[in-house]
Amino acid sequence: MKHILFLIVLFTFSAANYAAGGEALDINVSNTTTEEELNVKELILDHLADSYEWHLFSSKKRDVTIHLPVILYSKTSGWNMFLSSKLHNIDNNYRGFGIATDGKYKGKIVEILASGEEMRPLDLSITKNAASLMLSSLMLIIIILGVSQSIKRDPLKPKKGFTGMMEIFILMIIDEVIKPAIGEDYKRYSPYLLTLFFFIFFNNLLGLFPIFPGGANVTGNISVTIVLAIGTFLVINLTGSKKYYKDLFWPDTPVWLKVPFPLMQIIEIVGTLTKPFALMIRLFANIMAGHAIVLGLTSLVFVTVSLGSAINTSMTVISVIFTVFIDFVELLVAFIQAYVFTLLSSVFIGLAREKETENGNKELAVEKLAEQSNHLELKR
Amino acid sequence: MSLLTPDPGLVIWMTISFGIVVLILAKFAFPSILKAVDKRTSYIEGSLKSAREANEELAKVKETRARILAEAHKEQNAILKETARIKEEILQEAHVKASQETENMIAEARKQIHAEKDQVLRSIRSEVTIMSVSLAEKILREKLGNDKEQLNMIDRLLDEIEISKS
Repeated sequence: MKHILFLIVLFTFSAANYAAGGEALDINVSNTTTEEELNVKELILDHLADSYEWHLFSSKKRDVTIHLPVILYSKTSGWNMFLSSKLHNIDNNYRGFGIATDGKYKGKIVEILASGEEMRPLDLSITKNAASLMLSSLMLIIIILGVSQSIKRDPLKPKKGFTGMMEIFILMIIDEVIKPAIGEDYKRYSPYLLTLFFFIFFNNLLGLFPIFPGGANVTGNISVTIVLAIGTFLVINLTGSKKYYKDLFWPDTPVWLKVPFPLMQIIEIVGTLTKPFALMIRLFANIMAGHAIVLGLTSLVFVTVSLGSAINTSMTVISVIFTVFIDFVELLVAFIQAYVFTLLSSVFIGLAREKETENGNKELAVEKLAEQSNHLELKR
Repeated sequence: MSLLTPDPGLVIWMTISFGIVVLILAKFAFPSILKAVDKRTSYIEGSLKSAREANEELAKVKETRARILAEAHKEQNAILKETARIKEEILQEAHVKASQETENMIAEARKQIHAEKDQVLRSIRSEVTIMSVSLAEKILREKLGNDKEQLNMIDRLLDEIEISKS
């Protein structure tokens, strides 16, 4: 505890010094150029959104950025492939493509037609998020395969260190989430669910890690969570039991609710869609909110620069303490969201696997689990 | 709100990446981990079970040993008691026999002594008889050497008869 406090204090002072230095620099700059107001909203939204280059760090002399490949298909000029650095010319135009500065497609590449209209081509660019996804997938595959090799080599020996930790994780997910939720044939689903858990958890953690290869807002991006949700949706609905499909298309309700107008069927089918939808939104919103809070608190240091050094220093202290605190909370959230996603996926799969007999039991269990996850979220 | 609209390009890349991750991990990594863990679990369970069995076996062996020991003790006691009894009996018997023997011997000795005494007495008596007869002969011969003596004798004898008749 003492050490942590010490670290916080140390970090606070260094950050305050840095901010003070920045202030001095700002004055110099403002003398020569026009006043540059820091737009926090822009900064946060910029970070949360995807981008065509990966900004690593800036020094006083230059920005260090990886320019990622842009892949486009447009109806007028076919396939186009080039590095995103090509877009950074004066007129923001390369082969008729440019990054939209405002409007519906702000920040995205648009094709500027001869008529002056902007049109969005099919954009398969390896964006920051896509690149981060590929990197993290590769890392995840290497890590998990390494663990599995290490376990397979001598299965009877209990493992130590990293492998042991991963084993505890895996066993915890199986014993506390998958087994109770799915029941007897949990072995069929556990590889998928474990992959899901580690994929989300790893990307969440990588998102919290501020320098390369972390820092991208991968699991806080709806394109990523929608694919995860669709995966769960497919697993639920392709491996359901007979009873599941029967309940979907011919539930146990009065006939007039089903026959002339298929009200119950519509409700049931909407129900199957809302489950993955909730999963998608929950993960996306939680991670995005976490990034936004951390960024907002960090910007506090720079926003208050203009208010004088006393306020700036005290706000820096507050900002650092809060950021550290929120970072710890986000660490927890990274785990909880991966856990909840896996848990709810398992519960939905378990519900779809349900046999005729054990009806009441399962419902109860699901309610309990859902309550638990709600509780976790409320805690945040 | 571009944050809430999925971007088709990223969706495609995500599908590809996630698909590859799921394919590789769900096919090669997790099943082997689960198998290994299962194997270890069953191994540990088996070991625990055999340890428990061994313990039970040991307890049984201990019990058997205790029982055997107790039995041996009992037997030992019984044997000791029996031995004591037999000793006593033998002693008793020996005692009885010895006393009987002694009595017999004493009786025998007494008998023999008796017989020998009788014999000695008889032989003494006959000797004495012979001696007295010869003595009487001698005395008679001396006393009745003359006639007068003889007549005196006859008279006395006759007197004696007469006294006894009266």
